[in-house]
Amino acid sequence: MKSFLSPGTSHKIMNSVLIFSGVLTISVLVIILAFILIEGLPAIDLEFIFGGVKDQGRSGGIFPVIVSSLYVTLISVLIAAPLGVGAAIYVVEYAENRKLVNIIRFGAETLASIPSIVFGLFGFAFFVMFLKMGWSVFSAGLVLAIMAIPTIFQVVEVSLRSVPSTYKEGSYGLGATKWQTICNVILPAAIPGIVTGIILAMTRAISEAAAVMYTVGSSVSMPISMFDPGRPLPLHLYILATEGISLQNAFATAAVLVIIVMVITFLTNYFTQRYQNKMMGNL
Amino acid sequence: MKKSLYELLIENALFLTALLSCFIILIISAFIFIEGLPAIQEYGFFKFLLGNLWSPNDGEFGVFSMIAGSLYVTFLALLISTPLSVLCATFMAEVAGEKVRNILKPIIQTLSGIPSVVYGFFGLVVLVPFIMSHFGGSGFSVITAALILSVMILPTIISVSYDSLRAVPGEYREASLGLGATGWQTIRRVVIPSALPGIITAIILGMGRAVGETLAVIMVVGNVSKIPYSIFEPARTLTSNIALEMSYATGIHYHALFTTAVILFILIMLLLVVVKCIQRRFSLDISGGSL
Amino acid sequence: MYRITAEHLNTYFGDAHILKDISLKVAENTVMALIGPSGCGKSTFLRSINRMNDLIASFKLEGTLLLDGNDIYSKNMDVVDLRRRVGMVFQKPNPFPKSIFENVAYGLRIHGNDDEDYIAQRVEESLKSAAIWDEVKDKLDQSALGLSGGQQQRLCIARTIANNPEVILMDEPCSALDPISTLKIEDLIHELKKDYTIVIVTHNMQQASRVSDFTSFFLNGELIESEKTEKLFVSPKEKKTEEYITGRFG
Repeated sequence: MKSFLSPGTSHKIMNSVLIFSGVLTISVLVIILAFILIEGLPAIDLEFIFGGVKDQGRSGGIFPVIVSSLYVTLISVLIAAPLGVGAAIYVVEYAENRKLVNIIRFGAETLASIPSIVFGLFGFAFFVMFLKMGWSVFSAGLVLAIMAIPTIFQVVEVSLRSVPSTYKEGSYGLGATKWQTICNVILPAAIPGIVTGIILAMTRAISEAAAVMYTVGSSVSMPISMFDPGRPLPLHLYILATEGISLQNAFATAAVLVIIVMVITFLTNYFTQRYQNKMMGNL
Repeated sequence: MKKSLYELLIENALFLTALLSCFIILIISAFIFIEGLPAIQEYGFFKFLLGNLWSPNDGEFGVFSMIAGSLYVTFLALLISTPLSVLCATFMAEVAGEKVRNILKPIIQTLSGIPSVVYGFFGLVVLVPFIMSHFGGSGFSVITAALILSVMILPTIISVSYDSLRAVPGEYREASLGLGATGWQTIRRVVIPSALPGIITAIILGMGRAVGETLAVIMVVGNVSKIPYSIFEPARTLTSNIALEMSYATGIHYHALFTTAVILFILIMLLLVVVKCIQRRFSLDISGGSL
Repeated sequence: MYRITAEHLNTYFGDAHILKDISLKVAENTVMALIGPSGCGKSTFLRSINRMNDLIASFKLEGTLLLDGNDIYSKNMDVVDLRRRVGMVFQKPNPFPKSIFENVAYGLRIHGNDDEDYIAQRVEESLKSAAIWDEVKDKLDQSALGLSGGQQQRLCIARTIANNPEVILMDEPCSALDPISTLKIEDLIHELKKDYTIVIVTHNMQQASRVSDFTSFFLNGELIESEKTEKLFVSPKEKKTEEYITGRFG
C-alpha cells in the first residue's frame, strides 16, 4: 500500500473510523427502537393487551391480533421444525450421495431466497383458492412453515456438522448404532444450534406480514379453530399505519411486536448459554 | 454394515423429510410459472419485461419500471448499508473489548429480529415527513425506501460478517502482529481477506432481504409505476406491485401478478449467480488457487 | 489361545494399498504394541479390528481377520456387538459432553440396560478399574469436559471397560497427555492386562518397551517384525527394525 501516512498514523485514524462507524450504526438502530418503544409504551395497558379490536383498531385492544400471531407461528413451527431438523440430520449423517446433498442444499437455498410476498402469492393461489382452505390461520401457518424450513435446515445443518467427529467415533467405538449415536450424542451436543435455528424461524414467522396478508385474511375477530381467519400483529400494524386508522395504536402495536421479539431473543440466549456452560463443564 | 429394521425405518423417514424440501420448491416454482404463463402468452414475454406502461385497466402490463425500481432501491440500500455494517462488524470483532462485544452481540441479534413492518412504520412516520420538508416532493421516494431498507439489513450484514471475522484463527493475527504489523494493517491485510467469503455471504443475505422486502417498501416508496430518474422521485418495486394489486386482480391482471413474481424470481437468481461468481473468485484467491 | 488372528490381510483406501499382507496373532491377556513411523499402517490395522474403518466409504479389506476364531468381516458379524467386545481408546481423549456418570453409563444404556442400580454399580467398578474413581467420585454429575486431559483419557478407558470388552484397542492414548498422566495410563495398562487383551499403537518406543509383552514393527504397510518386546528391542532380527529403534529413521 502506497500511502502518505505512516503505518502508525493510519492505524490510529482507522481505529477511530471503526469506532465511529460502530457507534454510529448501533446508535441509529437503537434510536429507532427506542423511538418506537417511547411512543408506543404509554398506550399499552392491560386493556390494550387483553381487549378486543374495536372500530377497525381505532380503539380497543389487540388481543385477537396477538392470538392470531401466536397461532400462525405455532402452526408453522410445529410443521417446519420436524421437517427442517429431519432433513438436516439426513443430509449430515446419512446421505452418501453427494449429488443428492447438493440438490437438497440448492433447494433450501432457493427456498430461502424467495421473497415472502411470493410465498404469500403462492399460498393464496394454492392453499386458499386451489385447495379451498380459505383465509385461515392454517393456510398462513402452512405458508410460514414453508418459509421456515430452509432457515431451520441451514442452521441445524451447520450445528450438526460442528459436532466434533471424536464424539461420533467414541460412540461407535462403544458399539452404538447410528441412530443411538445421533439421539444420545450428536443431537444433545447440537441442541443449542437446533434451538437457535427454530427460534430464528419463529421470530421470522412472528414478524412476517407480506406472506400472511393474502393467506390469513384480515379479520379482527378471535380465531378459535385452525380454519378461522385472523390478523397477526405485523399485518395489523401495516393496516393501521397505511390506512391512517390510528397512529397511537400503530405505535403501541409496533412496541408490542418489538417487545415480543426482544423477549424471545433474550430467553433463547439465556437458556442456550446455560445449557452450553453445563455441557462444557463451566458451571 | 448390517442394519436393523428400526434403523432402516428411521433412515427412510429422514430421507423423506429431506426430499420434501426439494419437492416444495418444485411445487412452488411450477405453480407460480403455470399461473404466470397465461399473461405471457397473451401479452408477450418481452413486451412484459421491457414494457414501460403498467395499466391493468387498459390491458397494459409492462414491468420494466418496477424492475428499475427494485434494482434502484436495492443497490442504493446496499451502497449505504455495506460500508457501514462491515466497518461496524470489524469494530465489534477486532477493536471492541470483550465486554463491549458481549453487550453489542445480543443487541444486534435482537435488531435483526425486528419485523420489517416496524422499520417501514418508522419510515412512514419519521423519515417521509423529514424528506418532504428538507428535499421537497411528497417524501415518498427511492431514497426513503433505500434508507429504510439499509437500516433493516444492517443487523443481518453485521451479524454474519461479525461471525466470519471472529472465525479467522487467532494465529493469523498473532503472526501478523508478531511481524510488527499494526492492528489496522493486520485487519486490512490478514483478517478481512480471510473473512471475505463470509462477508460477501452477508452482503448477499442483505441483498436478498432488500430485494424481497415488500410491505416496508410499500409504506415509503410511493408506489408510482414509472421509472425514477432521481432518488427523490417515487417508484414501485416488483414486490410491492404484487402486494398492492393482489386483492382485486382478476383475469389476465391476476396472471400478470404471477408473471411479476416469475420476473422477481429470475432477477433474484441472476443476482445470486453474479454474487456466487464473485464469491468463488475471492475464495479461490485466499485458498491459494490459481486465478 | 489367540484372541486376534490376522492372515494375509490387505487393506485399501480407494486405490491406495495401505496394509500389505499382514499376518499377526495376539494372545489372550497380553499387551501387543504396534510401532512404526507415521503412515506405516499401524492405526489402520488397529481400526480394522473393530471395523472403525467402515466409516470411510472407500475402505476395502482382503484376507482374514479373526476375533476368537470368528471372522470379523463376515456378513454374519454384528458390528454393534463387535464394537462392544472390542473397545477402543482414541488418540485424543473424547468424552461426550455429558456428565462423568453418563459418559461411563453410555455404553450400558445403548446396549439396553435400564436397571439404574446395576448401572451405578458398573460405573463405579469401571471408574475404579480405570484408577480415576477417587478423583471423580464427588462430582459424577458434572460435565466430563471439565476434567483434565489425563483424567478425560482415563474416563474414556472406564467408559470402554464398562462395556465389558474382551479386547481394548488404544490408538496412541498418551500422545496428547503430559508425562505424569502418561505414567498413570501406563500403570493402568499393566493392571488391565489381567482381565483384557490390549493392542496399543504408540509412537513412543520407551512406552512400547514399558507396557507391552509383544511388539510389532510396521513399515510402509508391511509387518517387518513381530517379537517378544524385550527381544525385539534388544536383538532385533531385521535390519530395518534395528535402524528404526536406534533412531536412524522415523
